[in-house]
Amino acid sequence: MSLTREQVAHIAELAKLELSDAELERLARQLSDILEYAERLNQLDTAAIAPTASVIPNQNVMRPDIVTPSLSRAQVLQNAPDTDANHEFLRVRAILEE
Amino acid sequence: MAIETRLEQLTAHRAAELLRQGAISSVELTHAVLERITQCEPKIHAYLTVTAELALEQAKRADEQLADARKTGDHPSHTFGTGFGAPLLGVPMTIKDVISTQGVTTTAGSRILENFVPVYDATVIEKLKAAGAHLIGKTNPDEFAMGSSTENSGYGVTHNPWDLERVPGGSSGGSAAAMAADEGVFSLGTDTGGSVRQPASLTSTVGLRPSYGRVSRWGVIAFASSLDQVGPMTKDVRDAALILSVIAGHDARDSTTVNTPAPNYLMGLETGDWRLDGMRVGVPREYFVEGMAREVEVTIRNAIAHLESLGAEIHAVSLPHTEYALPTYYLLAPAEASANLARYDGVKYGPRADVAGDVWDVIRATRGRGFGPEVKRRIMLGTYALSAGYYDAYYLKAQKVRTLIKRDFDQAFDQVDVLVSAASPVPPFRIGEKADDPLQMYLADVFTLAQPLAGIPAISLPAGFSDGLPIGLQIMARAFEEEKMLHVAYAYEQTTEWHERKPNLRG
Repeated sequence: MSLTREQVAHIAELAKLELSDAELERLARQLSDILEYAERLNQLDTAAIAPTASVIPNQNVMRPDIVTPSLSRAQVLQNAPDTDANHEFLRVRAILEE
Repeated sequence: MAIETRLEQLTAHRAAELLRQGAISSVELTHAVLERITQCEPKIHAYLTVTAELALEQAKRADEQLADARKTGDHPSHTFGTGFGAPLLGVPMTIKDVISTQGVTTTAGSRILENFVPVYDATVIEKLKAAGAHLIGKTNPDEFAMGSSTENSGYGVTHNPWDLERVPGGSSGGSAAAMAADEGVFSLGTDTGGSVRQPASLTSTVGLRPSYGRVSRWGVIAFASSLDQVGPMTKDVRDAALILSVIAGHDARDSTTVNTPAPNYLMGLETGDWRLDGMRVGVPREYFVEGMAREVEVTIRNAIAHLESLGAEIHAVSLPHTEYALPTYYLLAPAEASANLARYDGVKYGPRADVAGDVWDVIRATRGRGFGPEVKRRIMLGTYALSAGYYDAYYLKAQKVRTLIKRDFDQAFDQVDVLVSAASPVPPFRIGEKADDPLQMYLADVFTLAQPLAGIPAISLPAGFSDGLPIGLQIMARAFEEEKMLHVAYAYEQTTEWHERKPNLRG
């Protein structure tokens, strides 16, 4: 498996990662190497094998639907890089057009 | 009363005992560790944050509690396990910086969490505090626990106390180095693909990865959620059992924890009988492979002979899918990481890039600048493995092979009680040696990837040296059979002297 620079740029867009030209070049090479190594999994016939997503038997762990205390607004916003003047909301650039 | 060693060299169980007896104070102990940190850090760089003032304040409070307890005779620290007293009252703890500590900066070794101060403690920290321990500092990891050397930290590399030009392993390299250099009493690391066991092996310390589901990950910064576990990193096996007893158990806030009560892991270590008669020890032939250093193989063969001399039955076993663990791990772990790390967008926490453009430009730039090269590589690899058209070929294929790897262990444990191998194919390597070749670096984990995929526990403990460089013995058991693993580890440790050796840090 060999990845082109364009494919790597596409993955970077899916992952929302800004990458320099040098990084794109390097990653194209390194990811191709790693994926080529991973190809050895195809030596195994897994047609009849079920996938394992988790090794524990827990499924749909439920809890009672009861309101419990949560973090305060001040705590939630404590690490935010930007909030509004009253420290009530996270602030980001406009996400909707006028 | 005569204390047999310098205070900072004490193990947690011995320190707790001396504190209970009043032979030492928590302030003295905490002070000794802080002095050792000051002395060693210019060479080692195990810590990212040292909470000296806070630690001494809490040590003082612990001393008051200890004094009260001695007066009343009603001692809070005589039992083990959470909710049953305070077995670690007055003992300082050293915590990997991927585990949230309320009010104390937690970076996960990443610039994208620079200055992040958690507003709550991880469950494991709550439990250790309830057991009487107090925080002394946070240790350097590879960024988001992705790496095998701590070279991927956004805050500089940690040096191996046994040879300062070599890595301490990773990703819990700071914790391992702190234990080896006596810059702490006990520590917690995290292990997704060997991050507790491989650094323990490279520093002649003890690292225990519990069964998946045994210890809560609530408050632990997530890397790969189907694999991540928290584990003790200590100076001896007894401490690993003690700390595991404190942190193990069900947590309603982590739905992957199992609902079976955690045993007191110290119980099996009380006997003083090091015989292993009837213990079936399996030696998987696939763990003695090309690429393994000769001196490592010799050391592990000697360790197996030693277990046999204690009465263990040695059986050759096969784990036929071992060679597929590495490609399986390096598809599944990055895939899960790419999802877990989507949250770092510079909105809720972390520094935000100040660039022109819309909200997406800001997010792209924040992530591009905040993450280091290895984290970017894994996000890219994982995103690709999960992307439309490649999901079946990579991610689903790897999940199916994971089933085969787990089955190998299930079948082996039908024949034997524990399995033994090396924890690392090589002794500590030089800083920079593998830094430019990700695949070579991934191969450093080759013996520690299959156990997380299967969900089984494993421990690494000191087993010898090659030219002064540590070699660790790995012991594995069936899921939730930590007691057997600890029993064998303890017998080995108590009948050998490797764990008593200390690195020479003078000069």
